[in-house]
Amino acid sequence: MSTIKIELREQDVAKIREICASFNNDPQELINVLHKCQQHFGYLPAEVQEVVSAELTVPVAKIYGVVTFYSFFTMTPKGKYPVSICMGTACYVRGAEKVLDEFRKELGIQVGETTKDGKFSLSSLRCVGACGLAPVVLVGEKTYGRVAPDDVKGILKDYEQ
Amino acid sequence: MMETVKLNIDNREVEVQKGTTILKAAKELGIEIPTLCYMHLHDLNIENKPGGCRICVAEVQGRRNLAPTCSTKCEEGMVVKTHTTRVLNARRTVMEFILSDHPKDCLICPKSGTCELQDMAHRLGIREIPGQEYAEVSTYRKDTSPSIIRELDKCIMCRRCETMCNDVQTVGALSAINRGFMATVAPAFEQNLEHSTCTYCGQCVAVCPTGALTEVNHVPQVLRALADPSKTVIVQTAPAVRAALGEEFGMPAGTLVTGKMAAALRSLGFDYVFDTDFAADLTIMEEGTELLDRLGRHLKGDSSARIPILTSCCPGWVNFFEHYFPDLKDVPSTAKSPQQMFGAIAKTYFADKIGVNRKDLVVVSIMPCLAKKYECQRDEFSVDNNPDVDFSISTRELATFIKQANIDLNNLQDEDFDAPLGESTGAGVIFGATGGVIEAACRTAYELYTGKKLERLDFTELRGMEGVREATLDFDGTPIRIGIAHGLGNARKLLDDVRSGTSTFHAIEVMACPGGCIGGGGQPLHHGNSDIIKARATAIYAEDRKKPLRKSHENPFIIKLYEEFLGKPNSEKAHHLLHTHYFDKKKKIIVKQ
Ligand code: SF4
Ligand code: SF4
Ligand code: FES
Ligand code: FES
Repeated sequence: MSTIKIELREQDVAKIREICASFNNDPQELINVLHKCQQHFGYLPAEVQEVVSAELTVPVAKIYGVVTFYSFFTMTPKGKYPVSICMGTACYVRGAEKVLDEFRKELGIQVGETTKDGKFSLSSLRCVGACGLAPVVLVGEKTYGRVAPDDVKGILKDYEQ
Repeated sequence: MMETVKLNIDNREVEVQKGTTILKAAKELGIEIPTLCYMHLHDLNIENKPGGCRICVAEVQGRRNLAPTCSTKCEEGMVVKTHTTRVLNARRTVMEFILSDHPKDCLICPKSGTCELQDMAHRLGIREIPGQEYAEVSTYRKDTSPSIIRELDKCIMCRRCETMCNDVQTVGALSAINRGFMATVAPAFEQNLEHSTCTYCGQCVAVCPTGALTEVNHVPQVLRALADPSKTVIVQTAPAVRAALGEEFGMPAGTLVTGKMAAALRSLGFDYVFDTDFAADLTIMEEGTELLDRLGRHLKGDSSARIPILTSCCPGWVNFFEHYFPDLKDVPSTAKSPQQMFGAIAKTYFADKIGVNRKDLVVVSIMPCLAKKYECQRDEFSVDNNPDVDFSISTRELATFIKQANIDLNNLQDEDFDAPLGESTGAGVIFGATGGVIEAACRTAYELYTGKKLERLDFTELRGMEGVREATLDFDGTPIRIGIAHGLGNARKLLDDVRSGTSTFHAIEVMACPGGCIGGGGQPLHHGNSDIIKARATAIYAEDRKKPLRKSHENPFIIKLYEEFLGKPNSEKAHHLLHTHYFDKKKKIIVKQ
C-alpha cells in the first residue's frame, strides 16, 4: 500500500478548491462541482477527482462512481478538433450511422475516445436543431450538412497541417 | 402506543407496527420470502436495502405491479399473496436474468456451497437459463490483494459490500461504477484494492452473497509446510475461532469447540498446537503497563502523556488510522497485535527452547480476520525476510482444511493446547468480543494500579452490542473513563473527538469489525443473521467464566516468560519484540512547480 501522490499545477489545485468553495464544500453538490470542473478542464482526470475528494470529503471511489455513471462526464481529454455526429431521428434515417462508421474507421477510435496525437475526438449528439441539413456533423464550432460517408476524408483534410 | 396495521398475507391475518415491511410481516407468520440483495443485521443496526434485485416480489391486491416486499411497507387492509403463479414466474424470470451473464463455474468457485446465489437457483428450481446461445457472460479482471480477491464477473450488484465499506466502515474504498451491463463495484479508477484506502477489514467479503469477494486462500502453503520434514510447524488460534468453527460443521451458533479444534489441529499434523490467547495475555501486560504509565503521568499533570490511549490489537483498525488519522499516530498503544506478539515470541524464545532455527520454524495463525493476512506480511514484522507469522488462515479456511482431511470434528475427543504458548486466562479469551480487550486490560490495570484484589471480575458495563459505548470505572477512588467502538464508522466518531480535543476518555478500545473479532471478515458467513454474532459473544463470555484464572498477569507461563526472557513489561527487550510503530498512509497532494 503505497502513498498515492498527486501532481497538479498550483493554479489547477487552486481552481478546483475555488470551485468547491463556491459550493461551500458541500458533498451534496458533488455533481455540480464536477460539472464546473469539467467546464474548466475539459475533462475530469483522476487527479482532479482526488482533489475534489479531499475538499468535499467524499471518498474518491464514490466520485469515480458518479463520473462513470453519467455519460456527460468524461475522463479523456477532448481532441483539439472534437468531431460530433448528430444521431437525432432525422440524421439517423438519412444515414448518420454510416457517417459515424466512416469517422471511426478513418480516425481509428471509438465514440468517447481521442486520437493518440490528441487531434481528434469522437462523440455523438442528439438532434442539434438543423434537421434540414441532415445528416449533420460538427467539428469544433463548424457545421457540415448533408454529409455522406464519402465526404469524411475531405472533412478531416480541412484540419490537416 | 405504537400505531399498528392489520393485513392479510397468504390468507392469514397479521397485525404489525406501522412502517413494517411486507417482508418482515411475513416473517412474523413464519413465511420466508426469498431475498437476495436485502440484508439486515438487526442487532448491529446495519441494513442494506437497495430494492434492486426484485427476487422478493409479491402480489398486492389492487396494485398492477408486483411489489418488492423488502422495501414495501404494510398498509391497513392489504391483501398479499407471496406465491401465486405470477409471483413465481416473476421470480424465475428475475433469477434467469441475473444468471444469464453470470459465470457458470460453480464447481470450482470458492463460494460453492455457501453462495446465496447458488442457493437461490436451487431453491427456485432453476434448471435452464433461456437465451444462453446469445447471452454475453460478464468478464472482469481478477484483482488479488494481500487479503482479498475480487472476481467482479460474479458480482450481482446487490451493493451490500458498498454499504459495509461506506456506511458502516466509512472507508469508502468501494463504490458502484458504470451503468447497465457494465455496472460493477470497484475502487476509484478501477485500481487494485491494494492501491486504495482499503483496511482489509473483510466486512465486504463477509456479506457478499456470491464468489465476487473472497479471501486469499493460504491452505495450500500450510499443507506444503506440514508435508516438509525439515520444518517444525506450529499453530496459534485466535479467541473468536473456537466460538464459530463449529457452525461450519452443522453445530448451532455459540457452540464452543476449543478442545475439538485443538484435537483437529494436532490430527492435521501441526507439531505444536498453541493459543493466540496466550499472546492476548501478553498484550495485556504490555498494553496495560503502557496505559498505567501514561495514565499515571497524566494524572500527575504531565502534559506530554498522551491520553486517551487507544488499543492497537486490531490490524484493520491500525490500517484505518494510518490512512485517515495519521496525525494521531502517537495516540494508539505501540503494542503489537496478539498474532504478531505470538510470532515474535515463537521465533525467538520458543525457537531457542526447542533448538530450532527460525528459518525452519513455520508459524501459522488461525484467525477470524482477513486483515491479519496483510498484517503478517508487513515488512516490519519480519527478520531477514523471514516473517514472524508465516501464514494466516481464516476460520473458514480452517474448516475447509479439516473437511479436506476427512476429520470428523463433531466426533473428536477434546484435547488441550500444548505448553508453554498454549496456556491462557479468561482475559485472553474475551479479546474475541467487542469490549473484551478493555475489560481484560482493566482487570489487570486495576490490580496493578490500586494494589488491591479485584472482587468483581465481570465488567458487564463494558459489554454489549451498541456501536459506541462508554463507562466510568472506579479504580479505588480514581474514576477511569472508558470508550468502546466497534465498526470503523463508530471508531471514526470517537477519533474525531480525539482530534478536536473534546474526548474525555482515558482509554478507548476499537475493533474494526461489528461485534468485534467474533464478527470478523474471516468467520463462517452469518448470511445476514446477527443472532449468530450474539451467540458467539455469549460463548466467549461463558468460556471466560469456566477458566480457573481470569486475569492476564496471573498466567503462570506469562510470569515465566518475563522471568526467563523479557524481564519486565515494557522493558527494552519487550519493546524490541512486542511493540511497533505506525506509518502515515494518507494521500498527499503534491503541487508541481
Ligand atoms: S475490506 Fe473493509 S475497507 Fe476494504 S473494501 Fe472491504 S469493507 Fe472496505
Ligand atoms: S461484489 Fe458481492 S457484495 Fe458487492 S455488489 Fe457484487 S455481489 Fe454484492
Ligand atoms: S436530427 Fe440531426 S439535426 Fe435534427
Ligand atoms: S431482496 Fe428485495 S429487491 Fe432484492
